[in-house]
Amino acid sequence: MAFLDFKNVRITGFSAGVPKNVVKTKSRNPKYSDDEFIKNVGVVEKRIDDSFTTSDLCYHAAEQLIADLNWDKKEIDALIFVSQFPDYVLPATACILQDRLGLSRDCYAMDISSGCSGWVYGLSSVSSLISNGGVKKALLLVGDARRIYDVKLLDPLFGFAGCATAVEYQEGENGIKFQMGTDGSGFDAIITPEGGARNRFNEKSLDIDVDEDGVQRNGLCSRMKGMDVFSFAISTAPKSVKKLAERHQIDLSKVNYLVLHQANKRINDMIVKKLGFDEDRIMESMSTFGNTSSASIPMSIVASSTTNNYIERKTFMTCGFGVGLSWGTAYFELENCIISKIVEV
Amino acid sequence: MEIKTFIENVADQFDETDAAVFTPETEFKELDEYSSLVALSLIAMIDDEYDVTLKGDDIRNSKTIQDMFNIVKSKL
Repeated sequence: MAFLDFKNVRITGFSAGVPKNVVKTKSRNPKYSDDEFIKNVGVVEKRIDDSFTTSDLCYHAAEQLIADLNWDKKEIDALIFVSQFPDYVLPATACILQDRLGLSRDCYAMDISSGCSGWVYGLSSVSSLISNGGVKKALLLVGDARRIYDVKLLDPLFGFAGCATAVEYQEGENGIKFQMGTDGSGFDAIITPEGGARNRFNEKSLDIDVDEDGVQRNGLCSRMKGMDVFSFAISTAPKSVKKLAERHQIDLSKVNYLVLHQANKRINDMIVKKLGFDEDRIMESMSTFGNTSSASIPMSIVASSTTNNYIERKTFMTCGFGVGLSWGTAYFELENCIISKIVEV
Repeated sequence: MEIKTFIENVADQFDETDAAVFTPETEFKELDEYSSLVALSLIAMIDDEYDVTLKGDDIRNSKTIQDMFNIVKSKL
């Protein structure tokens, strides 16, 4: 069972990069009005601008955070980039960002292909590098900017975002505790079927199909088995959180904040109810930034802290769940943590 | 679990359809009001009331309310 516990690790900052362009949510399903769709999905508006890639947004978020933390770029020993919309099929986007950000050639850089659970997976990887002091300062850059061939085909659930998380070595810190899991039998519950090596891009990949709900997609658009994702999320996410809490005797009623992947309103409301958190202990970002995939947890922390650029000692339970199917829960404390102002580009 | 309560719980997920319409033999997916959102409400209700999480295939394989009841019962 994948329980991980990395000591001597501390998160010291968060930032988020989003496009300036605000897009109001519209239903693309002829059966539902815009209002009905928004009420159920919970996404009122989001940021979309097809001129940015994920790494562009992460770059701006990282520059802001490095400046706010007053970090010397030479001291950044590791950069992990988590996305399902990398700049190229190859090379890894982390290598491009190492150069663009002007980081040292001694920097460890790696991509992780992950979506909804991606921030938690990335955080566990960064923490494992830092925990024994080999790496002292690291950047975790996560997000998805779904640049697709035709903006009309964009799923109204998703927004563009790239977030940066600063993680440092600090001896004696309680660190970060994790519970992770995978169920690849559900690999096609959320999938972009074409464009990879299994179903290569071909002359029919851009042909538009219309599904039973009247929604248009081509082979490069992601699709979701709604009922399966819903039942996976409402059962697996609460169990993962409860398992971690039980293992470390964490009293959920005393945890300051629950920050979930921003799947959609119905899913998240169910999970919150099952875990018994009141609204004032929830951080969210889906209403104004949509589902931002791996960026959704840091995006929620940044968006919920707009009146304050600094977090005093607070405990956080975070859980990412979705495409894979994959999930991860992380529990940590934040103290003297910098929250950069949202960077709009 | 009882079929009578189960039917009432199913009927609650349909706002506009008269509750009197619902019997064990009702082919719930054929009702005008049925939609993918109602399907999610059914999954959520069953999870809440019976602590059973149905998958998409369980809904797809249920023609009548009785079929769905039997699947839930087999998972209790």
